[in-house]
Amino acid sequence: MATRVIVITSGKGGVGKTTSTANIAAALAKFGKKVVAVDADVGLRNLDVIMGLENRVVYNFIDVIENTARLEAALVRDKRVPGLYLLPAAQTRTKDAVNQEQMIDLCEQLKNFEVQDETTGAISHFDFILLDCPAGIEGGFKNAAVGADEALVVTTPEIPAVRDADRIIGMLESMGKSPIRLIINRLRPNMVNDGDMLAKEDILDVLAIKLIGIVPEDETVIKSTNNGEPMTLNVESPAAQAYLNIADRLIGNDVPLMDLQAYASRGFMQWLRNLFKGNKRR
Amino acid sequence: MGFLARLFGGGGESSRDRAKDRLRIVLIHDRTDISPQLLNDLREDMIDVLTKYMDIDHDKIELNLDREDQAVALVANVPILRIKRGNGSLDDSPRAARN
Repeated sequence: MATRVIVITSGKGGVGKTTSTANIAAALAKFGKKVVAVDADVGLRNLDVIMGLENRVVYNFIDVIENTARLEAALVRDKRVPGLYLLPAAQTRTKDAVNQEQMIDLCEQLKNFEVQDETTGAISHFDFILLDCPAGIEGGFKNAAVGADEALVVTTPEIPAVRDADRIIGMLESMGKSPIRLIINRLRPNMVNDGDMLAKEDILDVLAIKLIGIVPEDETVIKSTNNGEPMTLNVESPAAQAYLNIADRLIGNDVPLMDLQAYASRGFMQWLRNLFKGNKRR
Repeated sequence: MGFLARLFGGGGESSRDRAKDRLRIVLIHDRTDISPQLLNDLREDMIDVLTKYMDIDHDKIELNLDREDQAVALVANVPILRIKRGNGSLDDSPRAARN
């Protein structure tokens, strides 16, 4: 199977690109794929922390580009699941330290990299290269996107995030990325039911791209970031399940959308609590 | 809270509906946003095409995007001095064009 190179992007910051990258990468590895998650956010690296691998970073991909380290020395293998690797970004450099040619070259090196299976010893190539893109629409975004064939666009059900997603989708289309698919992150089914949050349909209506999954708002995300352990590795939670489903769909399996209504349904006590909290409308 | 609002029939339009409408309008405008450079290039190209067919008053051309809430239109106001007929010759010499 040829290596699939996928950029994970959003335009707006803080909508969950890095969390999505870490969890989808871990989920793909859990499904037996060989995956490398590349932190393309030079100068503001965080994928290492979200994945809990920050103490094992020695070199970064700028070292590889500048030939001061070999690719295999810069790759950090995640020991919790076979087949999962991280290629960190440089923290003390700026986004100007790389150009598009170098990023294309790096992706080629990753595609040709020989991964050894930890149990059988068999040699193969990566199945997936996931590029965690910086926020914004400038050079950093273009560097991350240039080497990718496909794109996942992360948004949240808020006007600014959807607006920026629209902008980034236009740019990805003009760069020829295909398919471009949408992740709606941090959806609160209760609020949608109450008429206080944009629903899946509202977002898909205006963006007109294919949905690959909806991740419900879930406290587990914060806990797993605190612990440095991607949820999809071993936590059971609605968000973890949503990311596992997204990874499954990426592989090509037909997985129905989660029943968020079941997750939203709340008991009388919760309803009473909300009542006394005096939730403000709008 | 939506449940109570529905129960007592108050509230009117939900914040979800307002978000939906505002988002739609913002995107209509974003998607038709045009840089001054691009507008100027368009103006030059339009002049090139138009002068094939007519003499126009270059200095008085108005080219603007007209934005309303629901739609955006390109509005051009081009003062015409004379229409050209046939092979680029002017209207007042029709015989030359025919020969």
